[in-house]
Amino acid sequence: MAPSSNRRSSYSRRAQYSTFIGYSIGAVGVLAGAVLLIVSIASPNAFSFLRGIGSDVTAPVARSGARARSGSQGIVATVVGYFEAGQKNRELKRELDAAKVKLVESRGLAEENRRLKTLLDLADDDPRPFAHARLISSTSASTRRFATLSIGANRGVVVGMPVRSPTGLVGRVLEVNSTTARVLLITDTESVVPIRRASDGVPAFAQGRSDGMLDIRLINLGVNPLKPGDTFVTSGSGGLYRPNIAIAVAMQTTRDGAKARVLSDPAASEYVAVEPIWTQPAPPELPPRPEAVPATPAPQAAP
Amino acid sequence: MIRDRLTRPINDRFRKRINRVPSPVLARGVPWLTIALASILPGWPFITSAPVIPPFGFMLFIAWRQVRPGLMPVWAGIPLGLCDDMFSGQPFGSAILLWSVATLVLEFIEFRFPWRLFSLDWLVASGLIGLYLLLSLTFANAAGGATSVLAILPQAGLAMLVYPLLGRLVALFDRLRLVPFMEMNP
Repeated sequence: MAPSSNRRSSYSRRAQYSTFIGYSIGAVGVLAGAVLLIVSIASPNAFSFLRGIGSDVTAPVARSGARARSGSQGIVATVVGYFEAGQKNRELKRELDAAKVKLVESRGLAEENRRLKTLLDLADDDPRPFAHARLISSTSASTRRFATLSIGANRGVVVGMPVRSPTGLVGRVLEVNSTTARVLLITDTESVVPIRRASDGVPAFAQGRSDGMLDIRLINLGVNPLKPGDTFVTSGSGGLYRPNIAIAVAMQTTRDGAKARVLSDPAASEYVAVEPIWTQPAPPELPPRPEAVPATPAPQAAP
Repeated sequence: MIRDRLTRPINDRFRKRINRVPSPVLARGVPWLTIALASILPGWPFITSAPVIPPFGFMLFIAWRQVRPGLMPVWAGIPLGLCDDMFSGQPFGSAILLWSVATLVLEFIEFRFPWRLFSLDWLVASGLIGLYLLLSLTFANAAGGATSVLAILPQAGLAMLVYPLLGRLVALFDRLRLVPFMEMNP
């Protein structure tokens, strides 16, 4: 492409000055960017108000975009469904037969569970969600995985609330703006969730890999007991996430754990549930020790 | 009246250009607007769990600089990078720094190679996109992430392949921004 003649600096002092000032401000941009970057690496929440303004301003348009998204994905799924109909039908029939058996078994288990819980006098530990909302956008190009929730401080969302879809855990609230909130997805590398194997409770941590998968790291090192196909649920240790939210299925074992596929697909579910922050219930008050009862009045009796 | 408008000969549209000028707001504003939208919009259609979408904001930014050098000032990376930082999820300042550096690199290349081939432009843009993604990953990891380099490889490849198409898109916007439709003042 030919160089445009208007870019050559002329003998005009004014043109030369404006070119020079343009380059100077460009160089200032480099410095300012570097300073801002250092500040935001040192304290990651330093500029959250600017991000908050951005997501609040674009939220009304993004909300309608989210509605269109759930509609358009339905169309794609319908078209794809026609192509796979025969094979899907066969697979589904087989799965249905297996599921019927499982259903009967689980009815029995549910009954037994209810009976045992009544014996233990435990309340049902499945709390009502705090609110339902949409995920209206997410980071697209960055390796960090954040999403924007369509409700914020206006509905009482606070930092730390877990977000889940019907199929599993999605993430937790990281920053709250006035009408939106920023969610750290579990696939982000900064997200660490305490989990356990659903079948026998082997404790582990699930850390994101930023490529749609999770790294499962066992807490107890030794022989790796995990197998592909193991399902994992949150363990509730450390608070924040209540126990027994489905999270991932192991795909491939590694030296100290497994690579796992995330169960929740935040793009596929139209609504997500924001749950209250879970705190481990305090252990019940212990009855006083039998020998402690006479021990307390003893010093009083002495004088 | 509508039928009248539809049946009007095509030549008429060109006749309408006489005594018309492009809107100065559009002629100046279209690059800024398209780049800002390219930073914001890609986050909406999908909630992605992996970085697969190319960095459209940055790509459009260098495409505008290559298609129309000098249209945007050298400091354009500051406001546009700020806009990208608000929505990208990167640590704040990352885009301001990288976009400003990319501008200076492109200015240097334009100064050094005034006559450029399409292949050179593509090569330069691919190099810039690759470095941009790598440095963005470094900054994101410094701010708390721990992503491996492998995660950005598909994204980088896709971005480099898609870049010439964005160049065509920018050329289209460039024609649109200079369509004369405002009546000239007598």
